[in-house]
Amino acid sequence: MKILIPTPLQSYAGGQSAVEVPASTVGEAVQALLSSHPELRKHLYNEQGRLRAFVNLYLNEDDVRYLQHEQTPVADGDTLSIVPSIAGGRS
Amino acid sequence: MASLADQALNNDEILRYSRHLIMPEVGMDGQRKLKQARVLCVGAGGLGSPLALYLAAAGVGTLGIVDFDVVDFSNLQRQIIHSTADVGRKKLDSAAETITGINPNVNVCKFETRLTSDNAMEIFRDFDLVVDGTDNFATRYLVNDACVLSGKPNVYGSIFRFEGQASVFGAKDGPCYRCLYPEPPPPGLVPSCAEGGVLGILPGLVGVIQATEAIKLILGTGEPLIGRLLLVDALAMRFRELKLRKNPDCPVCGNHRTISKLIDYEQFCGISGQEKPANGRSGDMTPEELKQRLDAGDDLFVLDVRDPHEYQICNLGGHLIPLKDLPQRVSELDPSREIVVHCKMGGRSAKAVDFLKQNGFSNVHNLAGGIQAWAERVDPKVPKY
Repeated sequence: MKILIPTPLQSYAGGQSAVEVPASTVGEAVQALLSSHPELRKHLYNEQGRLRAFVNLYLNEDDVRYLQHEQTPVADGDTLSIVPSIAGGRS
Repeated sequence: MASLADQALNNDEILRYSRHLIMPEVGMDGQRKLKQARVLCVGAGGLGSPLALYLAAAGVGTLGIVDFDVVDFSNLQRQIIHSTADVGRKKLDSAAETITGINPNVNVCKFETRLTSDNAMEIFRDFDLVVDGTDNFATRYLVNDACVLSGKPNVYGSIFRFEGQASVFGAKDGPCYRCLYPEPPPPGLVPSCAEGGVLGILPGLVGVIQATEAIKLILGTGEPLIGRLLLVDALAMRFRELKLRKNPDCPVCGNHRTISKLIDYEQFCGISGQEKPANGRSGDMTPEELKQRLDAGDDLFVLDVRDPHEYQICNLGGHLIPLKDLPQRVSELDPSREIVVHCKMGGRSAKAVDFLKQNGFSNVHNLAGGIQAWAERVDPKVPKY
């Protein structure tokens, strides 16, 4: 499946805006991404290993919080989007 | 409040708005609704510029603007409501003048203040809807909560580099910003536009989307961006749409609300108590100190942790290792030497200093305020960017 990396996180993913990973669930897809780009981990997960509250994962158009979170099954043609909050000028 | 019938249009206005009036979706009734509408723009910067211009041109009767900033040369690349001659003026005055120039029928209400928990409810009271053109997380959560608490729609837009987001929050039965993002990122984890940059047209694109949504809400026509998050990627020129849901556990609009009045948003965003980079932390070096030490011939190793394209803009002749490459390239540095690390404004270099200290470097300083402060206070020949 395809994972779309947002601009603020691309520098932690080798500058790529999208990566293809083999996966059967959302969680597997993210783990596959993190194993090739370990620097991304702290931007997606907190110290307790929970997805950060300012980062959302969307399977196609849907927030995985309202599906089965990281256990949500995925198919080959699906797209997983990482959507972090952005504020603009100042931080 | 004046009724819609009182919002008569004179002949000049009829001519001015003729392209609206001949469309049944707007028509006389719609144009009167626009004239009666009171829209508050929070911020007269990148997003606020295009949206205020279009709302004024469209005939929105009352435009409130909240801003306390002054026009800077670096704003002109995207903040099109201000012109070169306005540099140094209050953004509020410059914006009001441009708006009046476009449409003298608009009543501009200027609020020269930072939006705070103490003044937000009072400022919002006299407006029908709020357009969020702010540039920081604390004010975004404040705008969201004040909109939810006062029952006013919040037309949201946000940008970073080539990417933007837009939605309408706080509408009746619709989700709010907190439903999407319950908490802000800790300070420093997400780069700002001042450090990460922003394509000048992007706030134009996103601000005009916000203006479109504001006008649709006023007219009560079309499908507003309620419950949808629009993602704009200017580089790929792709627009995507994600579904947003009202979070039943949302602390401000959910079923068991824990926020019934405005809170301390600086604290919520982890900002209060944290010293700004320019004010210095322990072990920081000021630009003046660095100058003095270099002039005295002290053996200092200057490390620049910006990106190579920034180094091209200006540099202090330091050794360049971009922050993200530092872990792999740390062997290029000598732990026994005294090292001064700098970036543009002091944020990235502070992270580099922390990293170096954790990795056995004991004599490392952060240049407070970065090369920007150096340009301002030591060497005016160095360009600011």
